[in-house]
Amino acid sequence: MDDSNKNSSENERLEVLKTYKMYIDGKFPRTESARFYQPVVNGSTLGNVCLASRKDVRNAVVAARSAQASWARRSAYNRAQILYRIAEMLEGRSQQFIDELVRQGVGTADAEKQVAESIDRLIYYAGWCDKFQQIFSSVNPVASSHFNFSTLEPVGVVFTVASRDCPLLGLVSLVAPVIASGNTCVVLASENGPLSAITFAEVLATSDVPGGVVNILTGRIEELHEHFSRHLDVNAIACDRLGVALNTKIKEFASENIKRVKIYDQDWSVEASANPYLIQDFCEVKTTWHPIEQISETGAAY
Amino acid sequence: MNQRQSAHVFSSPAIDQVGVVERAKRFTARSIKNEAKMKGLEMVLSMIDLTTLEGMDTEGKVKQLCYKAQHLHDSIEGLPNVAAVCVYPNFVGLAKRVLAGSDIKVASVATAFPSGNSSLEIKLADVAMAVSEGADEIDMVISRGRFHHGDYNFVFDEIAAVKAACGSARLKTILETGELGSLDKVRLASDIAIAAGADFIKTSTGKIQPAATMPVTLVMLEAIRDHFQKTGLMVGMKPAGGISKAKLALHYLIMVKETLGNDWLDPKWFRFGASSLANDVLMQIAKQQTGAYQAANYFAVD
Amino acid sequence: MTNKNSNWDLSPAPESTGHISLNDHYGVFIDGEFRTPAHGNRFQSINPSTGELLAEITESSAEDVDQAVAAARKAFSGEWSKIGGRERGKYLYRLARMLQEKSREFAVIESLDGGKPIRESRDVDVPLAAAHLFYYAGWADKISYAFPNRNPKPVGVAGQIIPWNFPLLMAAWKIAPALATGNTVVLKPAETTSLTALKLAELIQEAGFPPGVVNIVTGHGDVGAAIVNHDDVDKVAFTGSTEVGKLIQKSIAGTNKRCTLELGGKAANIVFDDAAIDQAVEGIVNGIYFNQGHVCCAGSRLFVQESIHDELIAKLKHRMGTLIVGDPMDKNTDVGAINSREQLATIEHYIEVGKQEGAEFYQTDCELPQQGFWCRPTLFTDVAQSNRIAQEEIFGPVLAVQTFRTVAEVIKKANNTPYGLSAGVWTDKGSKIFNMTSQMKAGVVWANTYNLFDPASPFGGYKESGFGREGGLHGLSAYLEI
Repeated sequence: MDDSNKNSSENERLEVLKTYKMYIDGKFPRTESARFYQPVVNGSTLGNVCLASRKDVRNAVVAARSAQASWARRSAYNRAQILYRIAEMLEGRSQQFIDELVRQGVGTADAEKQVAESIDRLIYYAGWCDKFQQIFSSVNPVASSHFNFSTLEPVGVVFTVASRDCPLLGLVSLVAPVIASGNTCVVLASENGPLSAITFAEVLATSDVPGGVVNILTGRIEELHEHFSRHLDVNAIACDRLGVALNTKIKEFASENIKRVKIYDQDWSVEASANPYLIQDFCEVKTTWHPIEQISETGAAY
Repeated sequence: MNQRQSAHVFSSPAIDQVGVVERAKRFTARSIKNEAKMKGLEMVLSMIDLTTLEGMDTEGKVKQLCYKAQHLHDSIEGLPNVAAVCVYPNFVGLAKRVLAGSDIKVASVATAFPSGNSSLEIKLADVAMAVSEGADEIDMVISRGRFHHGDYNFVFDEIAAVKAACGSARLKTILETGELGSLDKVRLASDIAIAAGADFIKTSTGKIQPAATMPVTLVMLEAIRDHFQKTGLMVGMKPAGGISKAKLALHYLIMVKETLGNDWLDPKWFRFGASSLANDVLMQIAKQQTGAYQAANYFAVD
Repeated sequence: MTNKNSNWDLSPAPESTGHISLNDHYGVFIDGEFRTPAHGNRFQSINPSTGELLAEITESSAEDVDQAVAAARKAFSGEWSKIGGRERGKYLYRLARMLQEKSREFAVIESLDGGKPIRESRDVDVPLAAAHLFYYAGWADKISYAFPNRNPKPVGVAGQIIPWNFPLLMAAWKIAPALATGNTVVLKPAETTSLTALKLAELIQEAGFPPGVVNIVTGHGDVGAAIVNHDDVDKVAFTGSTEVGKLIQKSIAGTNKRCTLELGGKAANIVFDDAAIDQAVEGIVNGIYFNQGHVCCAGSRLFVQESIHDELIAKLKHRMGTLIVGDPMDKNTDVGAINSREQLATIEHYIEVGKQEGAEFYQTDCELPQQGFWCRPTLFTDVAQSNRIAQEEIFGPVLAVQTFRTVAEVIKKANNTPYGLSAGVWTDKGSKIFNMTSQMKAGVVWANTYNLFDPASPFGGYKESGFGREGGLHGLSAYLEI
């Protein structure tokens, strides 16, 4: 006993390496395929990162689908508080995110800014949860005696491809507006910078976000795009520009069930890149009609 | 009386007023031309209850009305007679004498017409008098006050008692729909009246606005139809008040035809309570025959 | 008493076809003028209720489409972009008014060409088309108010492809918002129903629109494909089948073209036991027999709570018996001609399928005309969710009836379809209405009514019924970069 203690205090402590997992249905499984890849940044590998398979996509979509109805049924106020809670948790672990961004090749100042902006963005969209409906809904003055109104409803399950170059802020910038309205999503993390996404999953897991609302996969877009864009239980796809060939393929596959595909071309670090129109992008407009009885103080019109 | 029980006994289907108005409007889109128009106009004449119900009714007025009933417009050959004349009880005997030898019925309002606010004894005595004078038909009013109070059993019992007092005279039950306040109540009152033994249900006294309208009549026709579907028993319908134009009367006949079927297109089962409708119908018939538009001065007012 | 009136039937009441002007043949409308292309390819547009030839229509070539797009581009970069929203609005207002003035002519031609009853063309199609133009005319100078904190810009040249079920109305649905937002248009009507679009072109000419703002090319599917795939088209708006919608989405995948799709449907119309039953019956009839059932949002799946099934079906059959099927030009006709021989074959095929699947078949016994394409109002009861007639869009007057027991069950079944265009709910209970309407995965939900349309009311689908909305404030964004 004494010997061993002496040993460890004399030598440098052996670092405990992290096993990077994915995040599906509120749990942290490794890929069912047991495959991995090793992202290399500035000549050193980040670690053994799960290489998600077709079946992982399937499992994640199943989880997202089964979580969607109850997530959408929660009050907007409740979703707002949960988004705010994510921000709180992120704030508490900001140093870890900064460190990981640096490991992924981002300069320290940039990393600090990206983490701060990610926190603020979550709070921005937390605030929209119970407001966007008031901006985008309408009561429509139809000519007949009917009450007619249009409201936004979440589109359902959204597959989100996180920005390659902006692994944390890019991810947050899409996930937050997607889930704000009641969608659930599956996120494919930045291939080069998956650590932020994996750690973000740990934040989600401790932020009152119900399991399945956000599912995070790590892996290769070239390998997975067909599986999610042809998946008939995915309603929409959100991604950055991935190059013409890849975007074209995704949109072609998406046509098999008329998926809504939104491709963004913006600098997520700019504050104006966050706006409620992104929430609207993943909503359906539902219009409801109901008769208005025609009886007034002067009597009935029947 | 146990009101909960009575409400339970008389449960009528819900009515959506806007839907009823839309449906009623569809009947007015029917185009009635040529032969169908001529036949329809003659039918209208044969279904009229030529009516005088004024405080200032005199023997002279009633006699003139009875003469008009038999000689609608003698310059046109082959015209049908109206179905009935409708008078207060004290003129029944006179009307019977003047109309002797014709097949025109004498209808009498009774039961403390038009308000119906009296005791059952007095109402029954009113009926008995009209019947003893020879009335073929009794037009009673329901107790709207008790109806609004929720005493549906009272309303039912009163109708049943009047029906018993009618003997062989046919009973028309006036709902006074303009005082019922909603189409749901019109339907409920119709169902009560039919269940209590009314031979006809009738919209209005003519003393309250609105009187007969197409939507109100449609709801009552549907009550008659549902009763027929369940029991195989026919009940008649009489819209009264507010129908003064031939075109409107034809729309009513279309409504009867499409709601109840051709079997109801018969004075035995359908009547118009009206005083000025006949002349407008006559003008239309003359126009169909001569091709020239007519003027009111060529048609006798009685 | 014998009933001497027992056979009071309506006499024929035909709408006069005088006072309409139709040419023997039509060219294409490009750059403000009708052009007769040198290739001279034409096809026949026939009256589906008689089989008679109405006019010959140009089968446009790729070159014609090219010219149309070029004209639209020129107009977009030219005058149309410079005159400002207020003036654009005034053009649309003028067009709306002129359409109202000529409403009778348009209604008659619509019924001759498409087979729909004159009552519907006269009371629904044409007035609604004018209302759409009027509604969007007013938006033209107010667009910034619709998109807070944005600076919306027109997309450019819109390629628009419309179906044969509401030919003029769909043209107005497409053209009005596109023009109000400052775009220019190349529109292709359906091959069986080009006439009212061409008449609208005459009206556009008469109204003095700058040349090229609206261009109309006629022809079959390959003309549509040429528009969709044209390099200089910035936006595609398509109304039609889900099958073609998928092809369009795929074919423009490699481009940055904007796209809205308004596709098929298999709407659930749900009647609870507490519903206003007679009005529900009316809504069921309007839901499936309106326009011969050629309606993408038709209430083709009827769900009836089992406790009222027999009563409701009896009432429905009675009501179906009053529907007058026949000459579209007769003012009393409720159900007109099936739009084309091909569509009639499709409908008849599905009726056969329904019978083979074991559903209980019922048709009214009305007489049908000798000539033309006809289908009696049709009802299948005892249908299961697994039947094809309950799953596939028939686009005809064929209703599939299923029963249900509970709210949860009917929500599940109603949403159990790849489509999501519309739904109907009938109940007298307010809280149930709001639950049901919010649970339906459909873009338009009619509660205690059905098949109503209004220019102020956004229309469009969830899921495979398409994306984007037409009508209302929400219909603007389809034609704007926001």
